[in-house]
Amino acid sequence: MALIKCENLSLGYDGKAIVENLSFEVSAGDYLCIVGENGSGKSTLMKTLLGLQRPLGGTIERGDGLQKNETGYLPQQTVVQKDFPASVKEVVLSGCQGRLGLRPFYSKSDKALAVENMEKMGITALADRCYRELSGGQQQRVLLARALCATEKLLLLDEPVSGLDPKVTAEMYSLIESLNKSGVAVIMISHDISAAVKYASHILHIGKTVFYGTKAEYQKSSYALMFEEGGDGNA
Amino acid sequence: MLDKLVLYLDYPFVRYALIAGTLISLCSSLLGVTLVLRRFSFIGDGLSHVAFGAMAVSAVVGLTNDMPLTLVITTAAAVLLLRTGGKTKIKGDAAVAMISVGSLAIGYLIMNIFAKSSNLSGDVCSTLFGSTSILTLTDIEVWLCVGLSVVTVAAFVFFYNRIFAVTFDENFASSAGTKTGAVNLTVAVIVAVVIVLAMNLVGSLLISALVIFPALSAMRVFRSFRGVTICSAALSVGCSVTGILASVLFGTPVGSTIVAVDIVVFAAFYLISLVKGGRKS
Repeated sequence: MALIKCENLSLGYDGKAIVENLSFEVSAGDYLCIVGENGSGKSTLMKTLLGLQRPLGGTIERGDGLQKNETGYLPQQTVVQKDFPASVKEVVLSGCQGRLGLRPFYSKSDKALAVENMEKMGITALADRCYRELSGGQQQRVLLARALCATEKLLLLDEPVSGLDPKVTAEMYSLIESLNKSGVAVIMISHDISAAVKYASHILHIGKTVFYGTKAEYQKSSYALMFEEGGDGNA
Repeated sequence: MLDKLVLYLDYPFVRYALIAGTLISLCSSLLGVTLVLRRFSFIGDGLSHVAFGAMAVSAVVGLTNDMPLTLVITTAAAVLLLRTGGKTKIKGDAAVAMISVGSLAIGYLIMNIFAKSSNLSGDVCSTLFGSTSILTLTDIEVWLCVGLSVVTVAAFVFFYNRIFAVTFDENFASSAGTKTGAVNLTVAVIVAVVIVLAMNLVGSLLISALVIFPALSAMRVFRSFRGVTICSAALSVGCSVTGILASVLFGTPVGSTIVAVDIVVFAAFYLISLVKGGRKS
């Protein structure tokens, strides 16, 4: 049974579909990369998978005991966060909010989980620093630690390397790869087709036509060529 | 001077003013942090204008007690304004400005057309600046203030972690299963109640200042959400007490004196942040 199985999804706003007939599934240990041009509906798909938005049609099924609030989301940075007074510890701990239930405060085990994930991401030394004063790469690690507090099964990453320099980008990718190897399924939105081909196990290409398949199938298909030769290779 | 202060503290109206002032500044500063961070600094001003409009309507309709209608209308406005950002067609600052100016104009218009009071500009002025009303509180008003403050502080403490989560990252919060709609609704209702209560007591000018200044001052120096929240509450209470005592001693208007103290403290905290050099803006 797959963690997430989507069938014949159509997505869009105000009744207007952007993408139709999306079918794909993600199982434990998979690494799915979602690629496509700007405006092709990548972010809309991500929001729908998170349950922030309803699909216009089709179904999303969750399996393997995956609860709706057990997806770890790494969003793109917002304007508000650039000026936000919050310590790293507070941000990471907020990843445990799905476990709160009706309790008002975090428990000891929530706090221990936050500490553990900060160690995993190598940001323990930054615990008391202010989030807004960190570098872009450090901020992404903090948000990744927060996402890990919410899940051990499935991460959804929305352009995790946008705005990072090449060295930090490479570190970020290998960090994600090591998480994937340790058993966390990853769904990543990316503009970076070469990284998608390098790291992903499956690729979902959305646009005027939709491709879904394994990396090997993708490389043989015309989509990859279109992307590489089409002039907007990093669009 | 100390003798004079002790003498004044013997008067119940001075003690009432201190109690109400302290509690209102505590409540508004707690909410101020999340409002300022969400770019809703002007909501205090906007909502108090809405409350003004609502009071005008209830005065014209001839309600003896304008509180219930005012509360309902102001809460509705707060809920509309603070509703999940992405779904609204008109964004935060523009929406606040529109509702604020609109209800002020309509309220003033209605009062003018159907005026029963001979001292219209006096009424308007006291709504905006609170005049001396904090010094003329009755027992019931003070108890109402105490009750609502207890509820506000309790709700804030109970929702503290969720308010932080929703303010920092609403999308992540709802993906993690937090009922962001419910948290936003709670915040909106509390904001509306605090503002209606406070504008009756201290005027809309002061309530805006109480929402904005302590939060901004605290954000200059502190770097964690908890630090900012606690510091902002302490500053707000401190400034209000200082302001009320100063206004009693020197016979200055209460509201504007408190705001003046807030400005001085903000300047001081800004200097501290420059000296520490920690904050890069």
